[in-house]
Amino acid sequence: MEKILVGLKRVVDYNVRVRVNSDGSGVDTDGVKMSINPFDEIALEEALRIKERGEATEVIVISIGTAVAQQQLRTGLAMGADRAILVETGGSIDALTCARALLEIVNREGPGLVLLGKQAIDDDNSQTGQMLAALWDRPQATFASKLELNGDTARVTREVDAGLEIVDVDLPAVVTVDLRLNEARYVKLPDIMKAKKKPLDQIPLADLAVADSGAIKETLFESPAAREKGVIVDGVAGLVSALNDKGLL
Amino acid sequence: MAKVLLIAEHDGETLNPSTAKCVSCATGIDGASIDIAVLAESASDVAAAAAKLDSVSRVISVEDPANASGLAAVLAPQIAALADGYDYVFGPSTTFGRDLMPRVAGLLGVNQISDIMSVEANHTFKRPIYAGNAVVTVEAPADQPVVATVRVASYQATGSGNSAPVETADVNAGIPDHTRLVEVRSGQSDRPDLQTAARVVAGGRALGSEESFELIFQLADKLGAGVGATRAAVDAGYVANDLQVGQTGKIIAPELYFAIGISGAIQHVTGIKDAGTIVAINKDEEAPIFEVADIGLVGDLFNIMPELIEALG
Repeated sequence: MEKILVGLKRVVDYNVRVRVNSDGSGVDTDGVKMSINPFDEIALEEALRIKERGEATEVIVISIGTAVAQQQLRTGLAMGADRAILVETGGSIDALTCARALLEIVNREGPGLVLLGKQAIDDDNSQTGQMLAALWDRPQATFASKLELNGDTARVTREVDAGLEIVDVDLPAVVTVDLRLNEARYVKLPDIMKAKKKPLDQIPLADLAVADSGAIKETLFESPAAREKGVIVDGVAGLVSALNDKGLL
Repeated sequence: MAKVLLIAEHDGETLNPSTAKCVSCATGIDGASIDIAVLAESASDVAAAAAKLDSVSRVISVEDPANASGLAAVLAPQIAALADGYDYVFGPSTTFGRDLMPRVAGLLGVNQISDIMSVEANHTFKRPIYAGNAVVTVEAPADQPVVATVRVASYQATGSGNSAPVETADVNAGIPDHTRLVEVRSGQSDRPDLQTAARVVAGGRALGSEESFELIFQLADKLGAGVGATRAAVDAGYVANDLQVGQTGKIIAPELYFAIGISGAIQHVTGIKDAGTIVAINKDEEAPIFEVADIGLVGDLFNIMPELIEALG
């Protein structure tokens, strides 16, 4: 295939323990480290490996977000993507708008494969890939832990509750990736320098003329209910007796 | 009246317990009239089980040979057609529902709410974000159907003393053939299912090897428990992926949970925070798992586990 399109979302880094603002208006992201959503990084790694095997000629990374998401796109370019597209928004957008914007880009670029993370670790929604596949009327293979291309089709191993599910999909298709698909490469310093020269197109969301979606409003953010502090028991006998006291054995 | 269409999860023969939990969630909607849709090649057994669930008004069977695959691409257009006239379309937040429901929402041209943990009002719900580090209240537009997945660990299964009518529906929807099921590989096990077990014993990276993980299976068998694992233990190859518990694995709520050699990363803890009693065994007394454990035992699991298995006779 010619092109693979990979979605990269800018999210609070995996290692940051986020806190809710005192007024409940959101989570505190001031000065917090931001990164590429880890699942999206795996999606990009897979696209790069496909290209390196000679099964694709161009890897395009795309982000939909505010101007600062250029940082994550530059990281994607440093990892090895050929060019980047930022669909620029005024703030965060809902999943349906995101999927509609992706569809517009898909229609312009005509990729043979769209690779996305299976979920973003900020909103934990796990929706965009499936919505894009629905709007595009193409196959979806979510939660992928193995991906093999065979000409006009792909064989995808999916991690599901029952174990592993293997599906064949006609291309083009949307594949959303799980953790065990691969281990993403580290970016090297010379690649960061090279990435600065790679093309990064900025397209205002308004230019894509996507339909208005009834957005779901987020009205209040709270900390989760904490579990009460438990007891430390002494030895196995103490454990068995504590369990017996609770009537659990 | 609020008309709710619930999508049954099943394997072609048995109704998945997640469906009874989705019913409990739907009963939180004021004035809910709950229909369950069973899409299958042959729906009668599953539909009969669904008809027994309390609070269900009727069961709608949609039979098609293509439905045997259970694939989202196959089911979604049929559900979108069935959804006409419904105010809510719910599915479980299992891998089945997480795969399917956003595709349904996409076809209906609406947004979707993932992982409802409580119904606050008819268009207001709570859901976890940031691996459970925060809970957000969301408000869905009142002029669109609400498509959502239900965080099954937040709900108890509804009772099964009902006998709702079962009807057959013919759905006119183009079923695509661009996606084909090849096979499902399940870890064969006689143990209780991880997602529904009342007791679960889980192991982490500290087990050190596939062989040592046998200790987890031994304790689980003594307790009649299901077995779980952390992402680290799965990545290390000690057990299969379907045992993973946490943000990107299964979210569970057993009565009793044993965390053995598990440090307690937030991504794991989010999968167990609704457990009744959490027992932690870890040699590091500073391990974060002790912050959420009801009963903690500090020590070397390789000494403690054989002794505990022995003590349980």
